Formats: sequence, C-alpha cells, structure tokens
Amino acid sequence: MMRFSTLIKHPADWMTGGPGEYGAVLTSRIRLARTLRRHSFPGWAKRDQRAAALDLMRPAVESLPAMRGAFSQELSDLTSVQKQVLVERHLISRELAARGDGSAAVIERRQTFSFMLNEEDHLRMQAIRPGLQLTAAFAALSELDTELEGSLQFAFDSRLGYLTTCPTNLGTGLRASAMLHLPGLVLSDQIGQVLQAVNKIGLAVRGLYGEGTESLGNLYQISNQSTLGESEEAIIRRLERVISQVASHEQNAREKLLEDDPEMVADKIGRAYGVLRHAHIIDSKEALNHLSLLRLGGTLGFFSPKTVTLCDSLLMDIQPAHLQLHSGQKLTPEERDSIRAEIVRSRLHSLESPDSVILSKEEIISDPTNPGES
Amino acid sequence: MKCDFCDQKATVFLTQLVEGQMTKVRLCDACARERGVTDPTGFSLGDLLLGGLPGGPGTVAVSSSAGVPGNGKKCETCGFTLEDLRRVRRLGCSDCYATFSDELNEMIRSMHKGISHIGKVPEGMMALQVRNQRLDGLRTRLEQAVVSENYEEAAAIRDEIHNLEDVKS
Repeated sequence: MMRFSTLIKHPADWMTGGPGEYGAVLTSRIRLARTLRRHSFPGWAKRDQRAAALDLMRPAVESLPAMRGAFSQELSDLTSVQKQVLVERHLISRELAARGDGSAAVIERRQTFSFMLNEEDHLRMQAIRPGLQLTAAFAALSELDTELEGSLQFAFDSRLGYLTTCPTNLGTGLRASAMLHLPGLVLSDQIGQVLQAVNKIGLAVRGLYGEGTESLGNLYQISNQSTLGESEEAIIRRLERVISQVASHEQNAREKLLEDDPEMVADKIGRAYGVLRHAHIIDSKEALNHLSLLRLGGTLGFFSPKTVTLCDSLLMDIQPAHLQLHSGQKLTPEERDSIRAEIVRSRLHSLESPDSVILSKEEIISDPTNPGES
Repeated sequence: MKCDFCDQKATVFLTQLVEGQMTKVRLCDACARERGVTDPTGFSLGDLLLGGLPGGPGTVAVSSSAGVPGNGKKCETCGFTLEDLRRVRRLGCSDCYATFSDELNEMIRSMHKGISHIGKVPEGMMALQVRNQRLDGLRTRLEQAVVSENYEEAAAIRDEIHNLEDVKS
C-alpha cells in the first residue's frame, strides 16, 4: 500500500502542465456520483451499515487495474494536516475530510483518479487532467465506472438515472468542471460580461472568497449545474465549447492589453515579480494575486514559458496545510506567512527579471533601422 | 453583517450566477467550512441553498407540495420520513425516490434541464431502458392517434404497448 508521504512527494501529473497547454485552462475535472442499491446513503446509514458498504466498495475499487498500488486510507487514520493537504490538492472534498470512521479515500499513484467512499454518496469518483480535456477525463473515468458495475450494484432508475443522495446530482451524477485563469478578462473589465454569458446557458461560474465576480488569483471554475435530462456527452460538449470560447476571449484580452497599454501590463507584472522575489512575509491572498500576474507574465513572454508551471505548483504549495506538511510542524498564521515567503523566494530565485525582456522589446520598437510592420 | 445560517459575523461572501440569476450568500467561518464553501470540488450554491437556507429554492419546492407536516410517509427500506427530507434536503436510500416521488417531482423539475434520464445506463439495465423509451414513444403516438380519431392505428399501438409491458412481469 502506498504511503501518504510517497503519494504527496511528487506533484500530480495534472499539476505539471498539459501537452503544450499554457493558456487559460489549468485543469479539467470529472466527477461521477454513485450509490449502492438497497443500502442507506452514508449520511443516513447507521455506523455498522456504513461499515458494511465500505467493506463492499473498498476491495472493488482497490482491485481495479488502474488503481493498482494506490493510496488507500480510512479518514480516521489520517491526521488533520494530511486530510487538509488532500483537500488542497483537490483529491478529496472538504466534506469527506470532515468525516472519520467508515469513510475512505483511494487515490491513484499519479493522483489522476481518486475515489471517495462514503462521502455524501456512497461513491464519488473523480478524474483530473491538465488543460482542457474533459472528454478524455470522462472516457477514462467512465471506463472505471463500468468496471465497478461488475462487482457493485449501483442504484439506477430508468427514468431518473443514477440515484444520488441529493437530487441535484440525479441522472448522470456528472459534475464536469474546469479551472480557468482569467487575468486578461479581469484587467480589461470584461470578466462580468463573459461570466454572465456563460451563465445564461445554464453553467455555473464561481470564484472563491471574492466579492461579486472578483476572485483571488483571477481563478474561476466553470461547471455544469444540471445533471438530468441531458447525456454526459452533451453536457461535456457544451462545456468544452463554452470553455474554449472563454479561453480564446482571454487570449484576445491579453493580446489587446499588451497592445493598448503595455506600460500598465509591464508595471503590474514587474511589481508582482518584485514583491514575490523579495518579500519575507506574505499572506496567501497577496501571494495568490501576485502569482497570478507572474503566470500571466509567463504567457506573455515576460518570463520563460516554464514560469507558468512554476506558478501552478506554487499555487498549490503555498496553501496552509502544504506549508505545515513542508515544515513538519504546526504553524501559526504569522509563521505560515514567513515560510510562504521563503518558499516563494527560493523557487523564484533563478527567475530572470522581466526588465531584460522589456528593454529588448523597447529597443526593437525605437530602433530606427527597424522598419517595423508595413 | 451576520451569517445567513447562524448569528456569527459573516466573513465569507459568496456570489454565484446560476441560470442568469445572481444569488448572494453570507457565511461565517464555521458555516463556510461546514458547508464546504471553500471546497473547489463539488460545491455549488444550488446545493447550499438546497441545504436549507431560509427561502432557498429547495425549501419552497418541498414545502409547497408536501402538504401538512408529518403526513406519516416513511420509506420502507430505510425508515426515512418526509420530515427528514424537509430537514436535510437529502434522501435516505435509493428507494426513497419512489416513496417520496410526489414531493420530489417539482423539486427535480426546478433543478434540471429535463425530468428523464438521458445518458449512461449500467450494463444489464440497457434492455430495460430501451424498452421504457420505446414505451414512452408509443404512448405519445397512441394519444395522437386517439386525438386524430385514427382508431385502427390506435388499436395497433395499444397492442404493441401491451406486448412490451408483458415482458416486464
């Protein structure tokens, strides 16, 4: 059985970037909710009933070929920091982390698939991929779901589809979502409009801990709301179409910003670089917002493209539980802020100043021997 | 500003756009944690509202169709009652969907694009699913045939429906 430290030591496959995908879409995620026939749902089941359901499901999940050598633990055997790290990595939900006895997490070695046993539903399975890959993620996960049908009897009704604990997940039990980085749309004040439009076609958009449509780190998640009355393929197709459109709006917004107001863009990215490279105390809000701009800089040629991946792993590693795991002890918020700053400084140590790039661009622009575009 | 769920000071402000409607929720730290608001995996405001925010859409749907409180309806498989459904906005087991179908229908209609499942079907359930979809189609055609007073066709369709239904038992 895989140990927690082994699982977490390496970044997840989906954290280190997709095939040439440095754009607006960070990750794609598919979640399927399933329940067992004739078994009380976990929130309603008595302790022994919950244990019995777990005893049925756990061997079935662990014996899937794709889950060979997976990390598999009951939640009651994990420390609170370990649970929190798994939440920050999006491998388990906060709801599962809050549960103890009778709930378990089975996580594939590369962190591509994870199964939550006795969460709100008996079984919640998830696949994460880098970039926009909802179709591929669904295909892979659906295959595991079909394999599980061989050993588990899922509750299914010919009219209502897969029966879930909460009626909001009925039918396909599918929640497909993508995490998007949209600094261009935020800086150019178009974000509200775009999100409104996305929403009009029945998709949910949200940022975290923000007022209105603002969001920390300019990170947004788009997902389907409705799960009944539309096939998985139709849900995913619509979502992928909308997400690509948003991503291309974001791309246009970035290009236009750079064209219309290059000084403002350079100023913002330069300041973010300065703070992150030299701060000794930084809270997570400030770090998130600056990392967002650094990431933007990576896509606009202010830094090497590798910077994008660097930012993505930092976004994960500067979160509270990751910091505690890193330092091996419980930290006060003040201690976290200084360790966070230390990690950021050390990771960005060899990142070259954007000035060199900007200067060379200015030289090209002001070079009289360069006739420019005709 | 107070939390929508308890009297603590609200520190988390959440705005979500759902189907063109902007919904705002204020929560304190504890309630935000408890309800998984900070959890980027399965959270949606729909679930939160369904979880019993006063005046949330789920609240309305259930109470308006449920009649007098405690009408004694209880799931035979798991013992879940209508009261429990109103309280937790979740169900007790998969059989509850049949037990509380009257109460749930309106709720489901307001939540989803459709009221019948389209999409993946567990292997082994496929035949049943195909048959039910054919039955649905035939029933619609039967109605149309009756309305247009095409009784010969109606009789044929009715026989076909009977044949399909016999397979069930």
